[in-house]
Formats: sequence, C-alpha cells, structure tokens
Amino acid sequence: MIDLARTPLRALNRELHAPAGDAYEVLNPRGAHAVAAGLCHAVAVEIRGHVGYYCAGMNQLARVTVHGNAGVGVAENMMSGLVRVRGDASQSAGATAHGGLLVVEGSASMRCGTSLKGADVVVGGDIGAMSAFMAQAGRIVACGDAAEALGDSIYEARVYVRGKVASLGADCVEKEVRDEHRAEVAALLAAAGFEHDPRDFRRYGSARRLYHFTRGNTY
Amino acid sequence: MTLRESATFDRPTIAAIQRAAETGVYDIRGWGAKRSVPHFDDLLFLGASLSRYPLEGYRERCGTDVVLGGRHATAPLHLDIPVTIAGMSFGSLSAQAKEALGRGASEMGTSTTTGDGGMTPEERGQSRTLVYQYLPSRYGMNRDHLHAADAIEVVLGQGAKPGGGGMLLGQKIGDRVAAMRTLPAGIDQRSACRHPDWTGPDDLAIKILELREITDWRPPVYVKIGATRAYYDVKLAVAAGADVVVVDGMQGGTAATQEVFIEHVGIPILAALPQAVQALRELGVHRTVQLVVSGGIRTGADVAKAMAMGADAVAIGTAALIALGDNAPRYAADYAALGSAAGFYDFQDGRDPAGITTQDPELAARLDPVEGGRRVANYLRVLTQEAQTLARACGKAHLRNLEPEDLVALTVEAAAMARVPLAGTTWIPGT
Amino acid sequence: MCGIVGLHLRDPELHPCLGRLLTSMLAGVAERGPDSAGVAVYGDRRRCPEGYAAVSLLDAPPDLPVPGALVTEAGDTTVVAAPLPVEELLAAVTGARVVGAGTEVTIYKGTGRPLDLARTYDLADARGWQGLAHTRMATESQVTAEGCHPFSVGPDQCLVHNGSFANHASIRRELVAAGVAFDSENDSEVGARFVAARLAAGEDLDKALRALCERFDGFYTLLVTSADGFAVVRDAIACKPAVIAETPRWVAMASEFRALAELPGIDDARIWEPEPERVYAWQW
Repeated sequence: MIDLARTPLRALNRELHAPAGDAYEVLNPRGAHAVAAGLCHAVAVEIRGHVGYYCAGMNQLARVTVHGNAGVGVAENMMSGLVRVRGDASQSAGATAHGGLLVVEGSASMRCGTSLKGADVVVGGDIGAMSAFMAQAGRIVACGDAAEALGDSIYEARVYVRGKVASLGADCVEKEVRDEHRAEVAALLAAAGFEHDPRDFRRYGSARRLYHFTRGNTY
Repeated sequence: MTLRESATFDRPTIAAIQRAAETGVYDIRGWGAKRSVPHFDDLLFLGASLSRYPLEGYRERCGTDVVLGGRHATAPLHLDIPVTIAGMSFGSLSAQAKEALGRGASEMGTSTTTGDGGMTPEERGQSRTLVYQYLPSRYGMNRDHLHAADAIEVVLGQGAKPGGGGMLLGQKIGDRVAAMRTLPAGIDQRSACRHPDWTGPDDLAIKILELREITDWRPPVYVKIGATRAYYDVKLAVAAGADVVVVDGMQGGTAATQEVFIEHVGIPILAALPQAVQALRELGVHRTVQLVVSGGIRTGADVAKAMAMGADAVAIGTAALIALGDNAPRYAADYAALGSAAGFYDFQDGRDPAGITTQDPELAARLDPVEGGRRVANYLRVLTQEAQTLARACGKAHLRNLEPEDLVALTVEAAAMARVPLAGTTWIPGT
Repeated sequence: MCGIVGLHLRDPELHPCLGRLLTSMLAGVAERGPDSAGVAVYGDRRRCPEGYAAVSLLDAPPDLPVPGALVTEAGDTTVVAAPLPVEELLAAVTGARVVGAGTEVTIYKGTGRPLDLARTYDLADARGWQGLAHTRMATESQVTAEGCHPFSVGPDQCLVHNGSFANHASIRRELVAAGVAFDSENDSEVGARFVAARLAAGEDLDKALRALCERFDGFYTLLVTSADGFAVVRDAIACKPAVIAETPRWVAMASEFRALAELPGIDDARIWEPEPERVYAWQW
C-alpha cells in the first residue's frame, strides 16, 4: 500500500517499475499526474480516488484499476494489460494505444480512442466528440451515445455504439453488423464485464475514401 | 526579336499553375525550401591576426565534444562532435539508409535520431547514441523502445512545415512500413499536426513529466520546434521542462508535404537562432538547456557559424542523405527516367535511384549500409575539421568558445537577422 | 496557457470559507502557470463593504484623493473602496491603472509563484459568494502584473482564458475602431472587451459567449463571471482542459480535477467536462 499523501510520485512509480510485490494499493491520488505510468510487469494496482493526466500511460502487462475518475489520456499508448476506470474518463482516453483493454465504466470525454493503434476500449456510458479520430486499428465499444464527429478520418479501427450517434466525421460510415461483429462485441462486453445484448450495437468504420490523396479530399 | 520571360510568371510558376489546373490537387514534395533565403553564407568570421592570436590549424588542440541534456536527466548524452543526425523516418528512408546513418554517426561519436515511423532494430543496433522521436502520430511508439532510447525528442514541428503534419504517399507505405505504423499498405498517409493527448505548454509540462516518470528520469527530453515564433516557443519549451531545445529553420527538409507549406511557412535558421539564444539567456539557461539548430547545415562553416551564434550543436538531415549518395550524378539516367535530374530529385516519389528515400527492395539494396556509414562518417569528419579550422583561426581551443563577436554580416538583411554587425561597421540594424 | 479555477457558492453557510476553498483550488493549478497569478473575489466585505464600490489598481500612487476610502495593499495591487457610485470612484482614481471595478468584485494581480501570491493577497481569509483564479504561463506577452488574468473590463465582470486566440489582432482592430480602449497586448483582453461590449449592449452571458464562439478563432477555455452570472465555454476543438462540478451548495470549474479535490461534497458532485462550443451559464 502506497499513500500518495505521504509518498512522492517518483517513489511510487520507481517501485511499480521494479515491483517487489504483485499487488499494490495506491491511496490519495487526488488528481496527481502520471500515476502508475510506464508499468511493465504483471502487477495489479488498485488506485483509490481520482487521478490526473496519463494514468497508466504506456501500460504493459499490468492490471490497473482507478476507483474514481481519470484525467486526460488514461492508458495512452498502452501496449498490453488491462486498465479499468470505475468512474468517468477525461479526454483522449486510450489515445494511440497499441494493445490491451481499457474499460471505462462511466463515460469517456472527447477524443476517446484517438489514433487508436490496436487496443480495445469499452465504455459503459457515452463517448465524447471526435472519438476514434484517425483510429487505425483496434475496437471501441460505447454502451451509451457518441457525440459529434465520430470516427473522423478513421482507418481500420472498428467502432460499435449502442445508443445514438450525434454525427459521423469525415470518411466514417455505418457498416453492416454481421455475426462475426456481434461475436466480437459479445467478447469485448464480457471482457469488460458489461451485460448488454450485442445485437443492440451498430458498427461504424472507414469508407476508405481518404486513403488516397485526390482532388475529392477537400473538407 | 528577343524573347522576354516574366519575372512574376516565370517558367516554374507557369508550370505550377498548369499542373494545378491539370490535377486539381496541390503539389506534394520532399526536400526543403528551394527559394533563396538569408543564410549562414551571408556571415563571415573575423580571423585572428595582430589583435588576437590564432591556433595552429593542423596540430593545436581544438575540442569538439558536447554534453546534451544535463538539466534534469540522470544520463545526459556525451557526444564527441557537435554535429548530429536529425530525425528522418524509416518509411521516408529505407532501412539501409537508417542503418547507414547510425553507422556513420556512431563511428564519429555522435547521435542519430528516429523519425515518424518508429525505431528499427537495424537503426538501434548500429547507433551508439539514438534519439527517439515522440511525434503527434505516435507511429510505432513503444514502451520498450522508449526505454531503449538514449534521449527522447518531443516533436512539435519541423522547419519545413511548422504547424503541419507530413504526407507520406502510398508508394512508400510498403508492408514493413505499414506494419510498423499500423496502417494499411499503400495508402497515402497523413500525419497529425497536433499531439493526440496534449496541446500547449501547460499540458506539455505534464506530458514531459509522464515521459520522465516512464523512463525513471534517465534519458534527456528534447523539444523540437519548427522556427516561427522561436523566442516565445523556446521560452515555453524551457518552462515545460525541456533539457534540450531543437530549432529547425525553414530550409530543413521533409520527406513529403505540401509545396506551399515548404516555401511559405517558417523563418530561416539565421533569423531564428538569435531569438532562441535571447530566450535562453533571458531565462538564465543558455548552455544549461542546450540549443540544437538545423535547417540547411551543409559545411563546417555553417556548423561554426551556428555555434558562434550560440547553438550548442547542430543537426543535419538533407546533407546526410546527399553524403549517402542522394542526387549523385552516377544515377543521371535513372533520374532522367523519373522526369528529374541529379541535383533536382526531391524524395517523395519513392523510386529513389540511390536507394535512400525508397521502400522498393531492389532500389534499397543499392545502398550498402556499411559503405553508406563510411561516407556519412567521412562527411561528419570533414564538417568537424572545417569547423575546427575556423575556430582555430579565431583563436579558440574549443568550438564552444566561438562567439557572435567573431562574426560579421555581408548583407543588411543578414546583419539584422543574425544580430551581428555589417562587415566593416559597428552597425547592427534594429539595435 | 494556464490554469483556471472558479467557484460560485450557492449556500451562504459556505461564504466564510470562500477564501480557503479558492486557495486550495489555486494550489491545484499552480504548476500550470508558475509565472504569475490573478484572483477575483465577489462579495468580500472586508475589502468592499456593503454600499461601497471598489476599484482594484496596479502600482497605485500613494496619495489617492478619495476621502473616506478603505484602502487595502496587497503586493502590486491596491484595492480602494469608498461609499460612492462606481463611476465616481473611477473618476477619483484617474491616472491609476485600474484592473477591476464594481460593487462586488475585488481583483488581485501579481507576478511570482501562485501560492506565494495567495498569501500576499490574504486569499485564505477572504469571504464572499464567488471567486475565480488564474495561474499563467505567458505565451506571447511579458510576465507582468498587467498581463495577469482575470481581465475585468466591465463592472463586476471577469474573464479568464486558457488557450490562445488566433484572430484576436483583427478583432482588437475592430473594437479599437469602435472606440474601445485596451490596457494590454494580451489576446485574452480582446475576449474580455468583446464580452463586455456585448453585455453593455444588453445581452446576457449566454448570448455574449455564443457570439464570441462565432467571432473568435483559435483555442480557448473561458470562465466568465459577473455580478449575476458564472459561465464556461470552450472552442470547437476543445483541446484545453476543463472540468465542471456541481452540487446543491456550489458550482465549480477548473482546468484539472485535482483543483476540485478538496471541495466539500466533491465525492457526491455531478462532474463533467464541458462540450465544445456549448455555453454553460448559471445566472441568478
């Protein structure tokens, strides 16, 4: 157990980078930045409270749970492992993440899964404007609504939304949901621990009209 | 009757208008600004004679080493020469070219830099000191590579296109490049112009904190900016916590971006450098936070002049590619087949006969990384020797002791930008 | 480029605690703006008693001709309160650099570390019903007390800004042509003058900030307050951070959550991030 009210952030992360144990509890994060950033061992970290920017940034192997809200860029560029936010996540949750699973039990703000590169993001509530911007690979599942400009300039990432989509960004279109997609959603919901009917989700992805630079690319 | 060409509508202008009318898309190319701008050529050194004493040009010691990144990092870089290799991506360059740059830099005891496409094993393996770029796209950004890096360079922009992202065209997005960037092969790839999870210096400070925490405060963190409002940007980079600030002037190259961007955005390094030094001096961190400049460095004279103006080191990009064999006359026939010519080829089409700016396996195989590394090392050696020659002539036993007072300007423009007197006068315009 | 905090207290029982709460919020954004900090406090009767007007001045001359004035020195700032209408008080301090005026608001500006400045301003003991603070990392202007936010250019109005406007020079020229005078080269002052002109023309905060979104290009998270309002707005791309929290006892906003962490009842507050180009306004 490490109390950030008494222990400096540096000492916490130094310990987590070369862990003596396999389970940690972090108290009093109070919006601190870079909490549990850069982990690379299969440890479990329970953070009791709200965290600031870049919690579990570049996470590899570790299982990090935030019992509170997360600030900007939670699990940014995650490589593998599991990051779970029990509350809401701020902007750019899971930005550029390459692997692993990010679960946000509440809602995620703008730019959720921006430039996603292969990780999975499952959000219990809504996702904010410009989510999945330039998302390259991986899956984003929103059990609530999606705000404006979903999937703008999206590449090969797949986005599933259960509720309403306010608007789609450039080159993002709704796509047919086939059995393999329902199975994919079911597996992600199960991994995240949400009980929704996979048949309630609609799929969005790239129309691939911006893949080649032509005179039609004015927007 | 004598034919007369219009100065306003000259032949390149007419060709550009006709090309635009033909295609409906703006021109995308590589290289840097091709227009003439005030540069280091407009400065001269005041060599020693009677009022000052020179050092013996071939024997007496003139140090060249530099330490970068000691402000906060526990493992600053110790380089033998103040000439580094700038960031250029695997993708824009072949794996062979990246390896050759690493070999050349390592032989000379200096650093090389990744680019917008991640770190290749060839490059890491052959680079004694490797700077890992942290770019808006985060292509191939990987925690293990971050730990394998000797320094991290947070890139806000580059001189060829400050405020914009690159546009690497599909012919260079081969299978390996595509896999490293997690993109479909063959697409025209647009790089973002802003980072996905921070904007502005207040949030950059938090991003730098995160990078330091992830890497346990070991490697130095550079911040690279394209030269525009260099005075403010350098101050803010320092405020955000940079160990090293890199300022890239408008002559700096790019793999591919809009021609209009390359020629019309940003300022020459000659104009940016004094602004950057002023910012560092006002903050009391000149020489504590090191300044690396780039954008059109070609000769040892450029190196020495940049250092005299207050840079701690320089970076070369285009010049290193030329050293590798880019635009060499021996490929004249190949260039002609591409509608170009040796001396004119500007990178973006992906069919580089010299095997440097290509992903075509057959073309890339033309470049032997060992031979290429030898050429790069030779070139770095000459740059260093030339800079030492000039420094010795000014009586300096170390390159770092060159000063603005060792310089004069040939033109009023250069005097105003570089803030050194017009030759033969004490006049610095604007002061 | 900065940190912003603001707090509107709905519950009068909290009014004695305003200064303490605002100080803890300021601490949460101190690192975002280490150069300088400004604070506005509404309803601090220590400094501006009931029935008085107050002006906040920078580098005030030592002998201001205001009979019966209550004068508070706080570093670079001097607050002068007197039982006069605001216009008469302003006329009496002609020549001094006015950074705020009204019957409710007192404003403090200075350079240095934000928490040191909070002590200089004696913020912890401030009472009142609304307050805001701004910590600054200067981008394209000098680090001076004048450059500090909030910009208060209309009676009891304040604007604080995180970001950077992209067409402020043009809007400044238009306002200058229309007769508006400026105190600084700061881009944020242009926003404040624009809003003040709209409010003076009879618009409410909501409408004035919608107009700002129409006219201003660039990046901004803004907190704008008045004697009867508290409003937050962000630009269309919304890069600069903002968190709003609301309980029956108070409304608060900050650049980062950690500035809100000490507020009473934060665990039960409704917490959200403002959406792009949507005006969140509380008026009473």
